[in-house]
Amino acid sequence: MSGDHILTVDRLMMRFGGIVAVNELSFAAERRKITALIGPNGAGKTTVFNCITGFYRPSGGAIRLAHDDGRTIQLERLNDFRISKQAKVARTFQNIRLFPGMTALENLMVAQHNALMRASGLTLLGLLGLPSWREAEQRAIELARTWLNRVSLLDRADDAAGNLPYGDQRRLEIARAMCTEPALLCLDEPAAGLNARESGGLNELLLSIRNEQGTSILLIEHDMSVVMEISDHVVVMDYGVKIAEGTPQAVRDDPKVIAAYLGADEEEAIAVMESGT
Amino acid sequence: MDYFAQQLINGLVLGSIYGLIAIGYTMVYGIVGMINFAHGDIFMIGGFIALISFLVLVSLGLTAIPLILLIVLLVSMAITALYGWTIERIAYRPLRHSFRLAPMLSAIGMSFVLTNFSQVSQGARVKPVPPIITGGYTLHEGAQGFAVQLSNIQIMVVLATIVVLALFTWLVSRTRLGRDMRACEQDQTMAALLGVDVDRTISMTFVIGAALAAVAGMMYLLYYGLVDFFMGFVAGIKAFTAAVLGGIGSLPGAMLGGLAIGLIETFWSAYFSVEYKDVAAFSILIVVLIFMPTGLLGRPEVEKV
Amino acid sequence: MSANSARPSPAAQPSGSAFILKKALISALVALVLFSLMIGVRTEAGPQGGLIYWTRFGDLAALVGAVFGGSIIVELLRQWWGPVDKDSIVPKPVQSAISFAGRWLAPALLVFAFLVPVIFYNQRYILDLSILVLTYVMLGWGLNVVVGLAGLLDLGYVAFYAVGAYSYALLATNFGLSFWVCLPLAGILAAFWGVLLGFPVLRLRGDYLAIVTLAFGEIIRLVIINWQSLTGGPNGVSGIPRPTMFGIPLTPGDDGLAARLGIEFSPTHRLVFLFYLILAMALLTNWVTIRLRRLPIGRAWEALREDEVACRALGINTTTTKLTAFATGAMFGGFAGAFFATRQGFISPESFTFQESALVLAIVVLGGMGSQLGVALAALAMIGGFELFRGFDQYRMLVFGIAMVLLMIWRPRGLIGHRAPTVFLERNQAISSDLVKEGHG
Repeated sequence: MSGDHILTVDRLMMRFGGIVAVNELSFAAERRKITALIGPNGAGKTTVFNCITGFYRPSGGAIRLAHDDGRTIQLERLNDFRISKQAKVARTFQNIRLFPGMTALENLMVAQHNALMRASGLTLLGLLGLPSWREAEQRAIELARTWLNRVSLLDRADDAAGNLPYGDQRRLEIARAMCTEPALLCLDEPAAGLNARESGGLNELLLSIRNEQGTSILLIEHDMSVVMEISDHVVVMDYGVKIAEGTPQAVRDDPKVIAAYLGADEEEAIAVMESGT
Repeated sequence: MDYFAQQLINGLVLGSIYGLIAIGYTMVYGIVGMINFAHGDIFMIGGFIALISFLVLVSLGLTAIPLILLIVLLVSMAITALYGWTIERIAYRPLRHSFRLAPMLSAIGMSFVLTNFSQVSQGARVKPVPPIITGGYTLHEGAQGFAVQLSNIQIMVVLATIVVLALFTWLVSRTRLGRDMRACEQDQTMAALLGVDVDRTISMTFVIGAALAAVAGMMYLLYYGLVDFFMGFVAGIKAFTAAVLGGIGSLPGAMLGGLAIGLIETFWSAYFSVEYKDVAAFSILIVVLIFMPTGLLGRPEVEKV
Repeated sequence: MSANSARPSPAAQPSGSAFILKKALISALVALVLFSLMIGVRTEAGPQGGLIYWTRFGDLAALVGAVFGGSIIVELLRQWWGPVDKDSIVPKPVQSAISFAGRWLAPALLVFAFLVPVIFYNQRYILDLSILVLTYVMLGWGLNVVVGLAGLLDLGYVAFYAVGAYSYALLATNFGLSFWVCLPLAGILAAFWGVLLGFPVLRLRGDYLAIVTLAFGEIIRLVIINWQSLTGGPNGVSGIPRPTMFGIPLTPGDDGLAARLGIEFSPTHRLVFLFYLILAMALLTNWVTIRLRRLPIGRAWEALREDEVACRALGINTTTTKLTAFATGAMFGGFAGAFFATRQGFISPESFTFQESALVLAIVVLGGMGSQLGVALAALAMIGGFELFRGFDQYRMLVFGIAMVLLMIWRPRGLIGHRAPTVFLERNQAISSDLVKEGHG
């Protein structure tokens, strides 16, 4: 456990009134690896995500992000949009949050807001239509085109995001997050609602993001086939605390994990056990 | 001190009237989720109907003031309630599941309709009535000759408010209709599945809100002794401000907000300047909302991510 | 009606003359109760100060009869037409014809606008009305940035119009600054007030936003009324200088434009000049808005309307995004205000009431939120329609209110019901407004 960590969560606490949703949670995510955060419903996974991505301010503890260039950022001190803008952490949502009335392409253009804002000279140069701005816009469209192609949505580029089928929306949301060119990509249940074929495609996409872009991935997932197949490291949570961590194999055989799943939800527990056999 | 006490009394009376109107805003908002912009004008219509029915009753030869007032109250509540019902039926129901700004503009349009309907039908001039309820008590005679007065009409306004509020609270918390209303507020689809007649419940919400506004309109008529076609706008904005200040959707909040606006206005007029009393009320609203974005008693909006 | 006959008619829909009669009777009864006192009895302050009244049962009977007849007609129409939706009202071929016309409508309107002073040179009234319509087109386009693009509800837009008008009026009358110096100043001042309003409302949503913007508009108006030493209070500011054509006055004097060009002076010259001035200002507003939509800031506005949480997750500073939307919209309002002041020569708080805000908002919503063409059409329809009823004086606002209600019921999504994408790869196809969010304001 002494690898190169991009994200280190240290004794994270999150209280809502009297309820402790996350209690002294510590774990780390390795650079250019896929780390999965699993646990029964209500274990506090999404709360951890919201702390990392700045939607909640943690009640205690520290979240450190170490960039490739050696910069270390204390995420718990930044809030909402700065986490994405400065710390380069992107995320997707459990209940997909696209811009439904904008086209797939426009969704990806919005994701490049900060880069384009600089290129447009805070709007002024862009308003005059200077060539430097036009070039920057073309580059942004090319980046969007690349990602649309990667998620096989190139032919739907000009369709409204709200009109796409569910599986396409999931992939578009990942593409949109990638267009912010993140160092760490946080995915909240990316396989939820996908069929077996789509789920297989998602695995390939995530592996290619890790291998080609070198982006570190942190994901919450219920679909054990996804977790077992692509994760490099698994952290298991229950009732706001970490109960196990390790390689997918090690976690799967851990009696504490099986007990947590059996106690919470039989189906999921069986899924954990069966996925190894 | 005496001066202060007198202003306190005046402020509470004014606040009671605002509170009664504010409840109508907050009820409709709680259930349908729209601002009923025409509600201020419903209050104005209530005042007019009270005035006209009073005039007719007196000219018919009735002399017993309590009896007249009771009939006026009932007539005004009944007819104004029908206005509320009709407006919902014509202008809001077709837009219920539509785009959110559409019912709001429809309501603004309705407000113009009511204002100008009463201008056209009753003329633009202010309609004064002689004081109907007179007399009162001197609570305290000050050293400088300043006396704290509590007039009978003030007592009546506050008493009427308390009685109406008690009735209303009973209605919402104890009756079947109240339960249906609370169910619709939580989840209209689910309420409909469980056998609540959503259309009827929403209609009743408008009816009750309008009846309360009619009480406020009559109190206003008795207290200030005049009505005019434009009074709905200012009173409506103030009451809406009160509802938002208290936390829109919250019934105790509406009453609290009404009292707060009434007191702010009265004290500002008494100690600073009459001209800027509305500016003061609106500014305090803005300041409160900066620190409490959902008003004094509103439920904080938790954003699920 | 062929498209309609295929549709299975809902079995629950009762019909028959008995049903219609019953419905009409109920409507008439409701009308009788509603109007009994308000129409049947007319009150007025008597000569001695007391209140007198007289009855108007004839009017009451006529009105109730009209409601009875009217509801029979409405009910008959409803049964004849079947369930009302777009397909059954407008047949497919007509719809495609409309969409074809739609492509040419904007350029045609533009050409027509340029020709108005030529065609109607001798009709002062029409020129005046066109200037008024264009002022509202500009206001609508300005508010469209805030409401249509950023999805922030603003019920106090008239405040910025007032700030612009008073900025020009006071700067010009007190310091003798010219219109062309004051115009940008008026815009900047209005934008400044826009940001000032923006700050308290940043955290507010929905109806809280509505009341705060409304309160803001009222505060500005009340301050203008009461700060008599500066603004002249309810009496307003008069003697506001007329605009000059870059320094050349449009007056009958020797240094006037007519004398310099060696043509005979006519007061119409100034009207024509004002017409082209507001046309240019409105078109500039339009051009800037269209440009901004294709820039990151404009996309961020629209994204904000669609989903604020997602915006934050993508690193968009929602605070500055909202403030720039308020400031931009306010700036255009300020420009329009300065124009209003120079055109009228006199301004008073009466021109800046909540009714104006409601009117401009109605134009934006009726136009179809975010659609530039729609806003222009709606302004033309509303202001033009309003003028048609000039003769009916006191019934004017009544009819206006009824029209507003009916228009909203007819087209809750506005005249132009789709959104044009700001960028495309292959196909530039419109997005149905059913998908477009309306923002949280």
